[in-house]
Amino acid sequence: MKNDTICAIATGATNAGISIIRISGEDAFTVADRIFVAKKTGKKLADRKTHTLTYGNIVSDNEIVDEVLVSVMRAPNSYTAENVAEINCHGGYAVTKKILELCIKAGARLAEPGEFTKRAFLNGRMDLSQAEAVIDLINASNEDAVKNSVAQLSGKLRNKVVALREKILKDTAYIEAALDDPEHMDLTGFTDELSVHVNEEMSEIKDLLSGFENGRLIQNGIRTVILGKPNAGKSTLLNALTGTHRAIVTDIPGTTRDILEEIIVIDGITLNIVDTAGIHDTEDVVEKIGVEKAVDEIENADLCLFVADASRALDDDDRNIIRLLDGKKAVVLLNKSDLSPVLTSDDLKKACNREVISISAKDETGIDIFVEEIKKLFGFGKLGKKEDFYISKLRHKELLENALLSLKEVLKSIDLGMSEDFFSIDLMNAYTSLGSIIGEEIGDDLADKIFKEFCMGK
Amino acid sequence: MDHIYETYDVAVIGAGHAGCEAALASARLGMNTIVFVVSTDSIALMPCNPNVGGTSKGHLVRELDALGGEMGKNIDRTFIQSKMLNVSKGPAVHSLRAQADKQEYSRSMRRVLENQERLTVKQAEVSDILVEDGHVTGVRTFSGGVYPCRAAVICTGTYLNARCVYGDTYTYTGPNGLPAANHLTDCLKKLGIEIYRFKTGTPARIDKRSIDFSKMEEQYGDERIVPFSFENTEESVKREQALCWLTYTNETTHDIIRKNIDRSPLYSGNIKGTGPRYCPSIEDKVMKFPDKDRHQVFIEPEGNYTNEMYISGMSTSLPEDVQVAMYRSVPGLENAKIVRNAYAIEYDCLNPMQLKPSLELKAIGGLFSAGQMNGSSGYEEAAAQGIIAGINAARLLKGLDPLILDRSQAYIGVLIDDLCTKETHEPYRMMTSRAEYRLILRQDNADLRLTEIGHDIGLIDDERYERFCLKKKQIEDEIKRLKSTMIGGKAAIQEFLVSHDSAPLKTAVSLGDLITRPEFDYYSVADIDPGRPELPREVCEQVEIELKYEGYITKQLQQIEAFKKTESKMIPENLDYDDVPSLRIEARQKLKTIRPVNIGQASRISGVSPADLSVLLVYMSKFANKN
Repeated sequence: MKNDTICAIATGATNAGISIIRISGEDAFTVADRIFVAKKTGKKLADRKTHTLTYGNIVSDNEIVDEVLVSVMRAPNSYTAENVAEINCHGGYAVTKKILELCIKAGARLAEPGEFTKRAFLNGRMDLSQAEAVIDLINASNEDAVKNSVAQLSGKLRNKVVALREKILKDTAYIEAALDDPEHMDLTGFTDELSVHVNEEMSEIKDLLSGFENGRLIQNGIRTVILGKPNAGKSTLLNALTGTHRAIVTDIPGTTRDILEEIIVIDGITLNIVDTAGIHDTEDVVEKIGVEKAVDEIENADLCLFVADASRALDDDDRNIIRLLDGKKAVVLLNKSDLSPVLTSDDLKKACNREVISISAKDETGIDIFVEEIKKLFGFGKLGKKEDFYISKLRHKELLENALLSLKEVLKSIDLGMSEDFFSIDLMNAYTSLGSIIGEEIGDDLADKIFKEFCMGK
Repeated sequence: MDHIYETYDVAVIGAGHAGCEAALASARLGMNTIVFVVSTDSIALMPCNPNVGGTSKGHLVRELDALGGEMGKNIDRTFIQSKMLNVSKGPAVHSLRAQADKQEYSRSMRRVLENQERLTVKQAEVSDILVEDGHVTGVRTFSGGVYPCRAAVICTGTYLNARCVYGDTYTYTGPNGLPAANHLTDCLKKLGIEIYRFKTGTPARIDKRSIDFSKMEEQYGDERIVPFSFENTEESVKREQALCWLTYTNETTHDIIRKNIDRSPLYSGNIKGTGPRYCPSIEDKVMKFPDKDRHQVFIEPEGNYTNEMYISGMSTSLPEDVQVAMYRSVPGLENAKIVRNAYAIEYDCLNPMQLKPSLELKAIGGLFSAGQMNGSSGYEEAAAQGIIAGINAARLLKGLDPLILDRSQAYIGVLIDDLCTKETHEPYRMMTSRAEYRLILRQDNADLRLTEIGHDIGLIDDERYERFCLKKKQIEDEIKRLKSTMIGGKAAIQEFLVSHDSAPLKTAVSLGDLITRPEFDYYSVADIDPGRPELPREVCEQVEIELKYEGYITKQLQQIEAFKKTESKMIPENLDYDDVPSLRIEARQKLKTIRPVNIGQASRISGVSPADLSVLLVYMSKFANKN
């Protein structure tokens, strides 16, 4: 019924050699062109002939995400009989999902379960004998979707969404009641109250979104960079981590960049250690790759481990690193704390304004404390682990982001000094987005709320 | 004994606000029309509040006028006070409301009906609708007169099996003591139509001379009057305005009510009908909102011809002695003499889900229904349905497609779609929050939205249409001019901006851009707009709104585009839902009852999930290929 442009991962949601992200709809090529740069030719996909492959990079914020092949299939000669672009990428879970997210940001909507098939049928690509099967498929997928959105949703998240909706509805109903009955109800001063509420709601949604981010990190690993001046003990730490714990060490040659990652699993959490080669070789990321590159690495990292040396006084190298940590999730480790320290835990704490964990990489003491600290930082344990409701999660994330956007619009209208009737448009949009997460439609919620909460009418 | 009289094209049953519009539209579209009324004195009667319009209802009246209806013109002729509500809010929720002189309103409408070509007014109670082969063939009056006709419109309002109640006093009458219509329900039931029982109520009328107005706040009308009808101007409707007053209930009032609550038929269970939440009785307000220590009471004249005052906000069905005590506890009403007691009224109406969006009954060809009969409340809601039913009865007989306004075109569209699609368990009242696209559905642009349609149908004459086209062109030209008039960083311009606390320009912008700044509007940039033409006020108003709210308007227009897509996916009328595999039981039942016209309407039925819609869509394309 909608002919907007949709996207989804067409291959299974597991780590595989190659994954395909399919984009279908009128704007499929425009969407793909927003995130894709063809190598050498620089040609737009929109200008490519049907049934061709184009080689290039998926790019986000000028950073290359993956090296890919994109097939272009023009309507009606495609699976859905619409314009279809298929991005063949390197199958890593994280990379595939990242590209999918980029497609959504570029204007595509995440496909409903079975939607490609449905479109294929509706566009006359399938013969009639397949119709029943399509219906079954849609039904089955729909049940999955319901399970995902309702049952698999943790009670906690659900309750939070319900509570958020209730708050939004209450304010909207107040506005609407006053608009419908201006002689009985006055909105003077309500805008201030509303803006406080909207800000609260936005921060709650942001919390939920960061929860999803943490969920992603549980599944795909925490991109971690280890920082510290030469001889602070970074490689000793790395060896301690890989040595004492059952470690899976996989070298993944970067397909699009010359950086290596090492994956370490400790106590259920996965750390993707960035540029370990650099650490092994020179023991100094900052020195080897230069401050500029280090800034980039830190920027892209989910977590920074700063290893300070207790046997030496704080110097400019340390202070540089501390500056770089600003605004990042970081754990500060004071290594060599078994020796009589020149640099004390308190001094370091003061210098970087963060908690300091004393360890001895050599004796492998303090490691468990710092692993706990990582868990705390990412809120692990609060969220369920490893359950594969990845698609619905992304759907939820998209919906939460929509709700957030709508609430931002409310604040914008307030700032512009618009009258209250403009607020309810976006408030109801936020309400609808949140409702889709828990599978509820609006129906007559607003009218019911108005009548229930406010004494209306003459 | 039956007597067969002359044949009509269309018979309209009832001449309230729905019936008047239906009869006029039908006759004006060339149909030989007869309208039946229980008493010719009750044509266009306002049995409850003395107002026309109000929030969202004012929108309905202006839309009705743009289509060629009568209500707007009639209230313009007979109002005694006029007020634009919500003027401090955005243009979408500005709403016009007028106090009517009830008797003048009724008389004036009666004259219009009586002088309408091809329209016959007949005082008689219709007791039967004659149906052959699933199609209307005539109506029979209680006295045995048979009037053959090809279409009929039921506009019986609150008269069907009506019963008025206060305390333990029951009268089997319609509003204002007029005779009830006690036979038609049986006929409708026999025809297989599902009937609901609804209730509503009205407050007491009090003798003006017994009221102490010094204890109340005066309520004035607007100085600049906006007429309801687009045919009228501010000047043409200017007149001396009447006053209204505001007072409040208090804890004493509430105590009286609470002490006697068991004597209210609403609470004792003697009233079975469902009342509107929007117009609660005072006992409902007190019982359901115990935290409110006072409720507003507006004292409004019933007209210039009478001393009766309408006590707005205090409708009740409490017994007479409690009513007297209750009203007299309100400041200014201590010595009040009640002319007419407040009462609740119960009446039969039909389940509107039995209607097509054209307001024709699905089960009976040529039989239409409009107004409170369809479970709505309010004069304006009734009139809006009346004109649509009248138009569509005429169009049916002419072999034309029905006029169906959708939710993005008009409040009338929202009203009818809600009635036909959503389950109604109480009298339905229009509200601006029910309109998804209210920024587009404004009262000020009702003519821009609907005059074209009214003209196409044949209810708007060429002269009015040409005036409308000129206005439209003036608006478009002026917007274009403002958007293409660039102003640069000239010293005079910058000075002007600074003097209005507005940021100086860095690059050239258009006057249109400047108007979007919060500190400016169309009028305030006149000083730096030497090329501005002299334009009528209503043209300037449109230009201002279109430019000022452009961003929001564009957003709504995009939503409308998406909405139109689902509205245009029509569901075949002969589709058998039992043949559609995999529909959930609840969805199948709902779809079978409501038989939505398109996928959009289907999506608004509660109990029909997105998955059901997918199944339906898949089935529909299979169905289309088969046929």
